[in-house]
Amino acid sequence: MSILVGESTRLIVQGITGREGLFHAMGCREYGTEVVGGVTPGKGGSTVEGFPVWDSVERARRVSGCNATLIFVPPPFAADAIMEAADAGVELIVCITEGIPVQDMVRVKAFLRGRDSRLLGPNCPGLISPGQAKVGIMPGHIHEPGNVGVISRSGTLTYEAVWQLTNEGLGQTTCVGIGGDPVNGTSFIDVLELFAGDDSTEAVVLIGEIGGTAEEEAAAWIGEHLDVPVVGFIAGATAPPGRRMGHAGAIVAGGKGTAAEKKAALAAAGVLVVDSPAEMGARVSEALGG
Amino acid sequence: MKIHEFQAKGILRRFGAAVPQGKVIDDPAQAGPICEDFGGRCVVKAQIHAGGRGKGGGVKVASSPSEAERLAGEILGMQLVTHQTGPEGQQVRQVLIEEALEIDRELYLGVTLDRAAERPLLMASRAGGMDIEEVAQSDPDAILRELIDPLLGVLPFQCRRIASGLGFEGGTARQIQSIVSSVVAAYLETDASLVEINPLMVDSKGDVYALDAKMNFDDNALFRRRDIAELRDVHEENPLEVEASEHGISYIKLDGSIGCMVNGAGLAMATMDIIKLYGAEPANFLDVGGSASQEAVASAFRIILSDPAVKAVLINIFGGIARTDRIARGVVAAIDELAAEGTPVEVPVVVRLEGTNVEEGREVLERADFDFLVADGMATAAERAVEALGG
Repeated sequence: MSILVGESTRLIVQGITGREGLFHAMGCREYGTEVVGGVTPGKGGSTVEGFPVWDSVERARRVSGCNATLIFVPPPFAADAIMEAADAGVELIVCITEGIPVQDMVRVKAFLRGRDSRLLGPNCPGLISPGQAKVGIMPGHIHEPGNVGVISRSGTLTYEAVWQLTNEGLGQTTCVGIGGDPVNGTSFIDVLELFAGDDSTEAVVLIGEIGGTAEEEAAAWIGEHLDVPVVGFIAGATAPPGRRMGHAGAIVAGGKGTAAEKKAALAAAGVLVVDSPAEMGARVSEALGG
Repeated sequence: MKIHEFQAKGILRRFGAAVPQGKVIDDPAQAGPICEDFGGRCVVKAQIHAGGRGKGGGVKVASSPSEAERLAGEILGMQLVTHQTGPEGQQVRQVLIEEALEIDRELYLGVTLDRAAERPLLMASRAGGMDIEEVAQSDPDAILRELIDPLLGVLPFQCRRIASGLGFEGGTARQIQSIVSSVVAAYLETDASLVEINPLMVDSKGDVYALDAKMNFDDNALFRRRDIAELRDVHEENPLEVEASEHGISYIKLDGSIGCMVNGAGLAMATMDIIKLYGAEPANFLDVGGSASQEAVASAFRIILSDPAVKAVLINIFGGIARTDRIARGVVAAIDELAAEGTPVEVPVVVRLEGTNVEEGREVLERADFDFLVADGMATAAERAVEALGG
């Protein structure tokens, strides 16, 4: 079992005629995801690498019946691409693009209220249900099907966690990158709720980082609602205050958003917090009695 | 991106906010005539990006043109140390000469992003001159808050609520409403990440002015804010960080001795954290980008090694889509390139490669002329790097 993506996913790629978009459209298809085509305004009617291209998401959805989209549109146009997909009613919108202006995302969130689409990202690696579907840019082969759910604000640090799990013999239900921006579509809690409703997810790895209060909110939710063991790591304990650590959202501002606060909140909610990023996999194994 | 006070005031003035008259200068001799124009009294304010300038001795009142020249001469060129500059301070290259106003009351006004609400948040308080974070700690109820609808901007009733909440009526209240509206417009229309007027002052006649002003901007929006991007002052930034940004590398200088080169921001922070756990301090945060290309790796090496405090380098790369063997070749080529340039890498380099084609990647490192310390796993890599410091 899995959450959000699986055997029934029918994916389009927005920005499919760009270098990144095409590369990853092929990567997802190779992994076994049903990639039904893509969108690039002005290039409708053509095909690239066997993918039909449409001018608009609305048309793509009408013709292909897609229920998910993966966005590689450059930052100045990415907010529009997300809103176009939501307007067309695409159920799952995954935005990989890094560098979208924050105020664009604030307007996107306002636009999404009252619509049924779910946005994941931006500035994220996407998500994967191992053995079923990959909707993102992660290396598929490091994953194995199994029973651990992974949620993270990071890209390569998520791969690190997954690699540790796989090496411990622990496969994954779904690995979800929610992204490193200060305003994003899907929160930790949204994903935790889905994992809680997925019987096959027997443990969760939650990878947070400095900045904001998303981890504290997640901790409160976990304390009240989640029965499976959760292993947590927070990146940025050594980050200096007031500096943005690569991700737009990774900043300790006004003494708030520190790793110490987040770890304390998670630990108080019963999360098994590891200080070393090298121990994420081993801690899950231990928690599952392995 | 940060800008100077006088630049922020220029922007706010464009949006209709009342700011004191002032001129920015870099030659003390210019201070006298300007002070004369302001009636023989003025304020001399150091222009650096860091806060806490007053406490550090960078803001002084002059009661004559000659005193203005003397003070400008003292402040210009000084290494101004504040709680935000670090012990080495920041050199003052420009001072703002402003008219001296009679302060009756000092207030606080600011707009920033409320991450949890995902909307801009307007904050105001009667405790002008204090850090808003301090007020939030000591007396959170003293802060008036208004969430701003991103599609509508600040609404007139919200401006009225702020003015009356601060305890004003009549003409002063109307001036406060007006400046609140200007500040929110400036925030929204310049893609600011922070606008802060601290203090917002009311003079003895009940007139309202932005006495100090701070604006930060969203780096990701500068592509559509050319006029703002031009206000960047690279003198205020660490030269290595400026160079890194020109190569598309995200680098932040820290105080430790182990230089870090990592792909991905989260993994880069985690690498710093694990170095600390093993008893040393990271010299920097560095994200070479997801693909860790040869050019990026070579530039990253140059930047890391230009920090004389670096005694060992830890490379931690998780090869995902970018294959590990290709990254390893990039690392080796970068080291060869530096040797050919006459600046060979002379500190121990610990490499931890993981992911796609990792076996071939490690072979590339072992066959290289350079003596890499190859480690598998983040823990071993950190341990090795810390050990290497001792040798």
